Amino acid sequence: MTDIDNSEVPLADDARVDIEAEFRASNIQEVLDKLDRELIGLKPVKTRIREVAALLLVDRLRRKFKLGAETPTLHMCFTGNPGTGKTTVATRMGEILKRLGYVREGHLVTVTRDDLVGQYIGHTAPRTKEVIKKAMGGVLFIDEAYYLYKPENERDYGQESIEILLQVMENNRDDLVVILAGYKDKMERFFQSNPGMRSRIAHHVDFPDYSPDELLAIAKLMLTRQNYRFTEAGERAFAEYLQLRMRQPHFSNARSVRNALDRARLRQANRLFAGAGKKLGKIDLISIEAEDVLASRVFAEGRGGMSHE
Amino acid sequence: MMTNHGNRITQGQFSFLPELTDAQITAQIKYALKNNWAVNVEYTDDPHPRNTYWEMFGMPMFDLRDPAGILMEINNCRKTFPDHYIRVTAFDSTRGWETPRMSFIVNRPDNEPGFGLVRQEADGRHVRYTVHSYATDKPEGERYM
Repeated sequence: MTDIDNSEVPLADDARVDIEAEFRASNIQEVLDKLDRELIGLKPVKTRIREVAALLLVDRLRRKFKLGAETPTLHMCFTGNPGTGKTTVATRMGEILKRLGYVREGHLVTVTRDDLVGQYIGHTAPRTKEVIKKAMGGVLFIDEAYYLYKPENERDYGQESIEILLQVMENNRDDLVVILAGYKDKMERFFQSNPGMRSRIAHHVDFPDYSPDELLAIAKLMLTRQNYRFTEAGERAFAEYLQLRMRQPHFSNARSVRNALDRARLRQANRLFAGAGKKLGKIDLISIEAEDVLASRVFAEGRGGMSHE
Repeated sequence: MMTNHGNRITQGQFSFLPELTDAQITAQIKYALKNNWAVNVEYTDDPHPRNTYWEMFGMPMFDLRDPAGILMEINNCRKTFPDHYIRVTAFDSTRGWETPRMSFIVNRPDNEPGFGLVRQEADGRHVRYTVHSYATDKPEGERYM
């Protein structure tokens, strides 16, 4: 670990520290680059992560001069539609915070209401505490956090869980970072009924929906990772597919793209199988053709006007 | 022997050393977690060396990555039972071991009365010896008031 030893003698007031060197030593650039490379779009999110990284880096330098400041609160709230990369970013967050020496282990513990809230009186507190203990030294990611609070049932145990979380978020700031995630409007309502929670969360990050171009870039990235690629016609077909799919209900951004690609792979395999007898080359095995995409149900509904809506 | 000067009971690891600080306890737990051992907090007020089954404080803690959570439990236990013996054990579930691999005391009563030697006259001229903890003359819960 590159942790600063607190017993060190403070630097003299006129000493100079090299922020560049410190930056390089933390290897943070590597993580940020990886983030840029592997996550398409998400401008506001990346900016915020950069800001947090800068804050922690400066904090480290300040500590060299013994300029004590309270440990910054890094609890975060990620809002955004499904498939906009909230979980992916949360995993990266653990890694970034570890490199900056803010958390010790940097692992991610993902939970939902079921993992925190018990079934009967006295069941909730041990459950929540168990989860918190597991997350210590890393990041606790609470997906769909608004389900913790059920206003229609005043005897709901969720409130108890929230109270324990609040206490830990305040007292164990050095030990874990809590990230809440959920849809924007529902999180808004959640915070309205739990003002204590809102005030303990320093960073509210909104994940924007992807544009069609970004979605296409994501699709290409996903295919490359699985050693596939679009033919030119295939790419055009997929762009068209995205246009139609985005207008349909239950569109969940990158997740829909992934599902569409999985189905395209299925059709490609089928096509290759049906054309048996022909010798296949490597190029055949990695190419997703236009017909693999065009066979999708989305086209029939979108173009033919046979939409169910 | 189970007693030494000052009547401090010596069971488990580090018991001849001065009390471990929280930082030292954290370091020990870190070692246990590194080896994938499950760490438990246990307490008792019967210091007899044959008393091997101590009460467990809370649930056993599996799948932890960081000692902070365990230290939190230790401090909770100290707050609840300030005058009890509290020990931390690390259980190794690997096939073939399936046993505690570490055990050390993290809390003890201020005043430990120690042990007396008890002689029992048995058949013939036999004498049987055993140790008796003075603390256990009083009922459970009132032993170290």
